[in-house]
Amino acid sequence: MTTRTAGAKQQAGESRELVEMSWDPITRIIGNLGIYTKIDFKNREVVECKSTSSLFRGYSVFMKGKDPRDAHFITSRICGICGDNHAVCSIYAQNMAYGVKPPPLAEWIINLGEAAEYMFDHTLFQDNLVFVDYCEQMVKETNPSLLRRAETAEAPNAGVHGFRTIADIMRAFNPFSGAVYKEALHVSRVTREMCCLMEGRHVHPSTLYPGGVGTVATPQVFTDYLVRLLRVLDFVKKAVPMNDDLFDFFYEALPGYEEVGRRRVMLGCWGAFQDPAVVDYDYRTMNAWGRNMFVTPGIVLDGELLTTNLVDINLGIRILLGSSYYDDWQSEETFVTHDPLGNPVDQRHPWNQTTLPKPQKRDLEHGNYSWVMSPRWYDQRTGDHLALDTGGGPLARLWSTALAGLVDTGTVRATGRSVEINLPKSGSLPEMRLEWKVPRWANTIERNRARAYFVAYAAAMAVHFLEQALGEVRAGRTQVFTDFDVPDDAIGCGFHEAVRGVLSHHMVIRDGKIANYHPYPPTPWNASPRDMYGTPGPYEDAVQGLPIFEENGPDEFKGIDIMRTVRSFDPCLPCGVHMYLGGGKELKQVHSPTFGASLSG
Amino acid sequence: MTTTQTPTGLDELHILWTSEGMSCDGDTVSVTAASLPSLEDVLLGLVPGLPKVHLHNKVLATEVGDAFMAAFHQAHHDELGPFILVVEGSIPNERINGDGYWTSMGNDPATGEPITVNEWIDRLAPKAWAVVAIGTCATYGGIHAMAGNPTGCMGLADYLGKDFRSAGGLPIVNVPGCPVQPDNFMETLTWLLYQAAGMAPTIPLDEMLRPTWLFGKTVHEGCDRGGYYEQGDFAHDYNSPKCLVRVGCWGPVVNCNVTKRGWMDGVGGCPNVGGICIACTMPGFPDKFMPFMDEPPGGSVSAALSGAYGSLIRRMRSITNNTANKEPKWRHNRRRLTSGYDARWGNG
Repeated sequence: MTTRTAGAKQQAGESRELVEMSWDPITRIIGNLGIYTKIDFKNREVVECKSTSSLFRGYSVFMKGKDPRDAHFITSRICGICGDNHAVCSIYAQNMAYGVKPPPLAEWIINLGEAAEYMFDHTLFQDNLVFVDYCEQMVKETNPSLLRRAETAEAPNAGVHGFRTIADIMRAFNPFSGAVYKEALHVSRVTREMCCLMEGRHVHPSTLYPGGVGTVATPQVFTDYLVRLLRVLDFVKKAVPMNDDLFDFFYEALPGYEEVGRRRVMLGCWGAFQDPAVVDYDYRTMNAWGRNMFVTPGIVLDGELLTTNLVDINLGIRILLGSSYYDDWQSEETFVTHDPLGNPVDQRHPWNQTTLPKPQKRDLEHGNYSWVMSPRWYDQRTGDHLALDTGGGPLARLWSTALAGLVDTGTVRATGRSVEINLPKSGSLPEMRLEWKVPRWANTIERNRARAYFVAYAAAMAVHFLEQALGEVRAGRTQVFTDFDVPDDAIGCGFHEAVRGVLSHHMVIRDGKIANYHPYPPTPWNASPRDMYGTPGPYEDAVQGLPIFEENGPDEFKGIDIMRTVRSFDPCLPCGVHMYLGGGKELKQVHSPTFGASLSG
Repeated sequence: MTTTQTPTGLDELHILWTSEGMSCDGDTVSVTAASLPSLEDVLLGLVPGLPKVHLHNKVLATEVGDAFMAAFHQAHHDELGPFILVVEGSIPNERINGDGYWTSMGNDPATGEPITVNEWIDRLAPKAWAVVAIGTCATYGGIHAMAGNPTGCMGLADYLGKDFRSAGGLPIVNVPGCPVQPDNFMETLTWLLYQAAGMAPTIPLDEMLRPTWLFGKTVHEGCDRGGYYEQGDFAHDYNSPKCLVRVGCWGPVVNCNVTKRGWMDGVGGCPNVGGICIACTMPGFPDKFMPFMDEPPGGSVSAALSGAYGSLIRRMRSITNNTANKEPKWRHNRRRLTSGYDARWGNG
């Protein structure tokens, strides 16, 4: 259904000469990831891709029987770059289970901490990890003729960012020596300090609790945040036009590059930034408070906004097996038969999952090959189990928010087809309005471009949240924590956006202890292997059928277009993929009918 | 060449850093936040006297796949030159899972099978000039070694043995913290680099192999809310800026300097900014401190006493501190899983 199979020739059953190539471990990401491919160099196309993760730690297993109030401290440790997103999501789930509503100031403090996290993490990932794939040093090795052209290509926004040619931008991203690379490291520190001001520490916060925060909410903490925010605004304002210039150059200089990493528009966003005026963490009103979040939850299918209702989103989640190292739980206990609104809950929903790890040999050809499971979203209208992706986070967030047209804070406005972002005056640049417009494709470049815009989105939101927080403080409403009791039996769910996309935590409490807990971060969605229906996960799908633009032949092949594609999803595999460069060795010839069948969904 | 008995006075050194243990990569990410000194200061040679350093770390590498793994294979075959091995993440027990594995890094070029992290440690630790465990997972087992875990996780010293010595004659150097406080790691690394250059004596470590100047004091001894404690004035919930011991803070018995150093360049921290100390630097973490949000046993007893009874309190605390400094007994590399693992609810 959703798979872009490997091209017309394969469909016709013509035999092709394929080279197996893999990259394992994939670097410049968080966690263990391997990418295994079969490439047709004659026709310059990747024909097959499998994504594997070789790490299992077992959070959902060892959390059983623990005190539910420990959940956010424990689950923060799932991820070493967005641990605070997990802590916050867990706290949302706990608030629901305990029936507690934090004071408004606590919500603004969490929103400010999370806005800083987006700014930090996207900056570090984009400029210090992703952009190495677009830097002068790399482009020289993979596409020397493109670099020659970049040397003479004027950068249209040079007046804002200061780099005259596209090649100058590429040079600025050379690792450890380029000007923007170094400045980005600095900005990633300042923004992390902002996160620490609100949440105590980065990456595993200390001051977040169910019921609120422990942050000392005097004016000082907000002043300290504000001045740091103002200090990085110049950087943020320059980053967006610089990204636009570079990515537009790729489209122009390499016709057809829009097909790199392109997949059907099938995006999920679970929403971010609660509005304390509306949120009460009651499941029964979740649709209303979900739609008031400052990033609108939604599922975007083929350019249409299918739903913004968190209840629909919740009930559609299915965790499938097919290529993962676990036993099935269909005959295990059903923890939640119906949700608090009386809707039936599927046995493959996270509330009812029992994780039964089964270590085994990796079998990439005919068996199981990953510790990652296959989350899918069940589309009731068609009966499809959709392999949604997150577009690396920002693409889905901006797309869903833009189409919903609900967000309007003054600093950010969703128009129905775009998102307007207004940033105040900063050190060297005046007020600036940026506009992210719904793109024509969900592909590698648009995932990366959206990331630069979302840093600006988060910065503009932070301006709004600061005003709201200071309003509370000035009005004397300085409570940041509401006490609560843990019920003997309860359920809860939290929905949030980790930096790289959808994040959910599902908890079941029995006898005052955690009876079941399943976090679903973005990467299982993006990095999932083939499911029981044979549908490939998004990385696999985006790389399969990818046209190759790299100028190197098999002997010197770096797989740069594949790397760019996988990294565009912002892989974070503690939450899974590995690539190995085969040095162009021709391992074997495969005739397409052998695997053609496994690709159709 | 071999690195055994490398004389000090090295002018060039590799850092082979694996975060493929049972980790979240949070210690690597944390180190990118350091500024005292920063990672790029060290790599660009801006700290006078340090040897030239080549870093091989997955998150920051330019190379991918086999090109990234090359240095690890060279070190295994004694072809790289002197190196420091940095281990991030807890060490799983790979003796309990049949044909499978819990975690791996790269593939064996001959067989195409994954190479486990444990195999890499076996290959590289004895050849390393120094071995550094970064973060509480690698040092003592940490979160992934919690009761009921399926992987039989442990700390590096549980795996290699307490008596392990590197090629440079050093025990494992432990820098705990979940994650590691950024500057604590960079400062430890800098000491080791000075030592490698022949400019510093052997790094001073305590019994749990931690640098003494970083972990010799407790959180409480450095906490600016200690004055409230002294006055018997305690927070009853998290709204209060006073001492947090009655709402879950373990600071009095935890070895850590976060209250002095803050989290980043003095900003943030734990009890000093409203976050209870959950003892994330300790060998007994997390099991001995859960549920985190309850008052530690004896917290209010010692809180009720003060002043004249100071020496008594110090003795009582040192008993609790001794317990906190011991790992639970299921962290080992024997052929049996003893963590109490049960995948199903309600069987216990």
